[in-house]
Amino acid sequence: MSSLTDLSMLELAAKLASREVSSVEATRASLERIARVDPKVRAFLRVDEAGALKAAEASDARRTAGSPLSALDGVPVGLKDIFLTQGVETTCASRVLEGFVPPYDATVVRLLKEAGLPLLGKLNMDEFAMGSSNESSAYFPTHNPWDLTRTPGGSSGGSAAAVAAREVFGALGTDTGGSIRQPAALTNTVGLKPTYGRVSRYGVIAFASSLDQPGPMARTVGDTAALLQLIARHDPLDSTSADVETPDCLTGLEDGVRGLKLGVPREYFAEGMDPEVAGTLRASLEELEKLGATLVDVSLPHTKYALATYYLLASSEASSNLARYDGIRYGQRAKDARGLKELYTRTRGEGFGAEVKRRIMLGTYALSAGYYDAYYLRAQKVRTLIREDFTKVFQQVDAIVSPTSPVPAFKLGAKVDDPLSMYLMDVYTLPCNLAGLPGLSVPCGFTQGGLPIGMQLLGRPFDEARLLRIARAFEREHDFFRRAAPV
Amino acid sequence: MPLSDFQTVIGLEVHAQLLTQSKIFCGCSTAFGAEPNHHTCPVCLGMPGVLPVLNQRVVEYAVRTGLALGCTVKPTSVWSRKNYFYPDLPKGYQITQYDQPICEWGELVIDTPSGEKTVRVRRIHLEEDAGKSVHDASASAGQSLVDLNRAGVPLMEIVSEPDLRDADEAVEYLKALRDVLVYLGVNDGNLEEGSFRCDANVSVMPKGSTTYGQRCELKNLNSFRFLKQAIEYEAARQVDVIESGGKVDQETRLWDVNKGVTRSMRSKEDAHDYRYFPEPDLPPLLVSDALRDSQRQSLPELPRAKRTRFMGEYGLPAYDARILTAERPLADFFEACAKHVSDAKKLSNWFLGELSRLLKEEGTPLSALRFTPAQLGELLATVEKGTVSANAAKDVLGEMFRTGRAPADIIAEKGLAQVSDVGAVEAVVDDILAKNAGEVEKYKAGKKSVYGFFVGQVMKAMKGKGNPGLVNELLKKKLGD
Amino acid sequence: MALTLEQVRHVATLARLSLTPQEEERYATQLSAVLDAVAELEALDVSQVEPTSHATLASSLLREDVLRPSLPPEAGLANAPAKVGSAFAVPKILE
Repeated sequence: MSSLTDLSMLELAAKLASREVSSVEATRASLERIARVDPKVRAFLRVDEAGALKAAEASDARRTAGSPLSALDGVPVGLKDIFLTQGVETTCASRVLEGFVPPYDATVVRLLKEAGLPLLGKLNMDEFAMGSSNESSAYFPTHNPWDLTRTPGGSSGGSAAAVAAREVFGALGTDTGGSIRQPAALTNTVGLKPTYGRVSRYGVIAFASSLDQPGPMARTVGDTAALLQLIARHDPLDSTSADVETPDCLTGLEDGVRGLKLGVPREYFAEGMDPEVAGTLRASLEELEKLGATLVDVSLPHTKYALATYYLLASSEASSNLARYDGIRYGQRAKDARGLKELYTRTRGEGFGAEVKRRIMLGTYALSAGYYDAYYLRAQKVRTLIREDFTKVFQQVDAIVSPTSPVPAFKLGAKVDDPLSMYLMDVYTLPCNLAGLPGLSVPCGFTQGGLPIGMQLLGRPFDEARLLRIARAFEREHDFFRRAAPV
Repeated sequence: MPLSDFQTVIGLEVHAQLLTQSKIFCGCSTAFGAEPNHHTCPVCLGMPGVLPVLNQRVVEYAVRTGLALGCTVKPTSVWSRKNYFYPDLPKGYQITQYDQPICEWGELVIDTPSGEKTVRVRRIHLEEDAGKSVHDASASAGQSLVDLNRAGVPLMEIVSEPDLRDADEAVEYLKALRDVLVYLGVNDGNLEEGSFRCDANVSVMPKGSTTYGQRCELKNLNSFRFLKQAIEYEAARQVDVIESGGKVDQETRLWDVNKGVTRSMRSKEDAHDYRYFPEPDLPPLLVSDALRDSQRQSLPELPRAKRTRFMGEYGLPAYDARILTAERPLADFFEACAKHVSDAKKLSNWFLGELSRLLKEEGTPLSALRFTPAQLGELLATVEKGTVSANAAKDVLGEMFRTGRAPADIIAEKGLAQVSDVGAVEAVVDDILAKNAGEVEKYKAGKKSVYGFFVGQVMKAMKGKGNPGLVNELLKKKLGD
Repeated sequence: MALTLEQVRHVATLARLSLTPQEEERYATQLSAVLDAVAELEALDVSQVEPTSHATLASSLLREDVLRPSLPPEAGLANAPAKVGSAFAVPKILE
């Protein structure tokens, strides 16, 4: 029998339900796995051993009493360090928040606790979720369990790496321009960015408010669906939370793709894509066709403007969202500042890393007097065109299929000094955020060198269940998730 | 050119705190005077991850105000972020409405020496208040303290067009606006505590010109008197600048209460660039027809309409009507009492005289009055009938005010009723005249000054309770006048 | 579009970021490159296009005007780098 930590969340849940395994056992197994592999992977910023075990004991007591809180009661998971956890330090991988202990839980954290899931700790990420490689973490980069010299992607790279390395059974990440899907693709895991408004942002440290969306990351499509169902709730504390029913993503999960029309956007198969990624995607598309789907050639003509649009809008919103880190009410404060102005500039100048400062600068510039119309407002208008592209295509097809990332995991350090080439990592993922649509990455193969490749599925608003169904149909043929990272 | 050759031009920006229980974007209390940061939560402290959720009553109050001022209430308005750094601004931006406010283009009619004047209201928008920085004794030298209790208190900003032409008009507009807001129940009108604040945009131009001069924004005008003084000072200052060949700079100036001058507040080096952009955390604000209609239906009669009606319906002079309608509870109480009296002007006299004296002296709010409108009506009828003298009635009212007892009981207990029985008074008059035959002779011989002596003797004999009118009438008759 | 050092300093002042001279140089170069890249948006005619500021399909969410418990001040100030009593302390604010 394989190790406990190799189980999927749903497999573990079944064993918890049958009392074959206890939550404490599963949690201890995770903690031991973390102790063994995390010194190499470095997915965790903080492990909350005591908190997780206490929650696991409580879960076991509920199982004994026959009153589990949810199907996943007792399944230990991890949290990207962007989610506020009451009483547990939360830094967003930034120096400026070092030592910050939140007085409240994010809504999704509360929902996981109410569902009985032990929380193993806080996972590394790019500082304030700004990055695609986890290298902008102020603390240390996370390593890809498939090749420790490479990035796990970002910004939810710690979450993806921890899931891939079997340190956690599942995790929550956030996705502003691909931050769930791209690391999922680079680590042979599944990541779902829900429709904007599907999952509450309350208590999630904001990067770009009109684009950010928390979502589940797991090893299997079924786990991803199960986790989504716990966190997809209307939240009266988030004015942008959609007042829609929690989706039932599990009932029709095995229904297959027969009869579905899948759009293949020609703009996504342009130059710049790694040949192995392109080849694997072509093969995957043929397979989907064999499984009964119809492929439709579609066009999203404004795709090439998405990157510029995204960087202007996300940076502008970020420049404002990050204004609160001033060293007055919480977080780090510059030592011995002479006067208030220096307190501000040095706290922020010393507290933020290079990428964060770069984006604050860009955003401040794009919003400043004389440039607002040329940059920010124009980008908002192009955003409308990009949304309309999707609206038109979704009149013809049920979902869109593309690669998740143009390249497999790259070497740590390869792009740190070249922001533009780093930004290109998100070229297939960020249009979906601009349009507010759900997007999912599912493993679809490996390079010859053994690096994972992901396939992206994009859907209509609130159509997560269909994306999961398509992903599951594909996953069923391969079971890539059974392949464990060589760490 | 002398000052008198210049025309002052003024527009007012009024910030009114809305009378809600909770803050605009969170459930913390808006109550004034708590210990620092005792009315704060993650949202109004600007903690990481927090999001605003709009207080419904704030919207209702803005719509109500907009309708009362004849504004267009926009079906869709937009929240924006105003970005700047200040310790009392926890998020580093203020959530406000910028280019798409909730209400636009209304008006307010005011009285001026030359008659009625219509002042245009350009816009009404909603925003959150900032916190407070304090530099008092509890802070050590070189330190300021930040209290965020006020952060997130709902404010409504009402911006007038530059239609005001002197300090008195500005004061009149501000008073009229305050009366309207207080009538609507959306604001308490308290300038001292800062729940009703005013900034003035002041410029000057040569008389007859149609081009406005460069304006300055005046702040710290927390009383009607300061508003008037500051505008007058500032207009004179600007004329001086122009007359000495200079140029007025557009800037923000602070009214210095102690020195009685305005002074420049911000250095130019720190020029502001607020980088407004639409608040992504709040969808556009939608005002439904249903909300607008329900607010329209519940609009109370406004001060000016009420004043006009008081003059027509009760035949009151403008002076009385204005005072009686200045506050809604007083006007309501007057109307309740008016149902029980025949002469509303006499009632008004009691309101403006004895009642307001009592209210002021005792510091009692109208809502805590002990007597009923019917009882006040009864008292006035008693005076009318001559049962008590006007002077005695004042004592009775005082007693009613303090105890809430019925006037008849008070009159009976204190023996304040006048003797108005003709037979009884005539008997005393006859008796006094008979006892003072010598004085009567003198009177009849033309020494009219002894008349007062007769009155005094009669009243003394009747222990002061003779009806003065009747006593006079009978004395004159008996003395053959 | 090339950003001058002076523009970089102005933006840094607006954003309250202290930058070293090396950072100023680097951001001038990097931001200029980013601005060149985003200049491609100028190719689009957007004169007839409405801006999108919200991805949300949610309408206005309103809450009732009811009090919710505030944080105990010790919790609200627990993370404060400097405080006096229940107030946050900062270097003196000069007008």
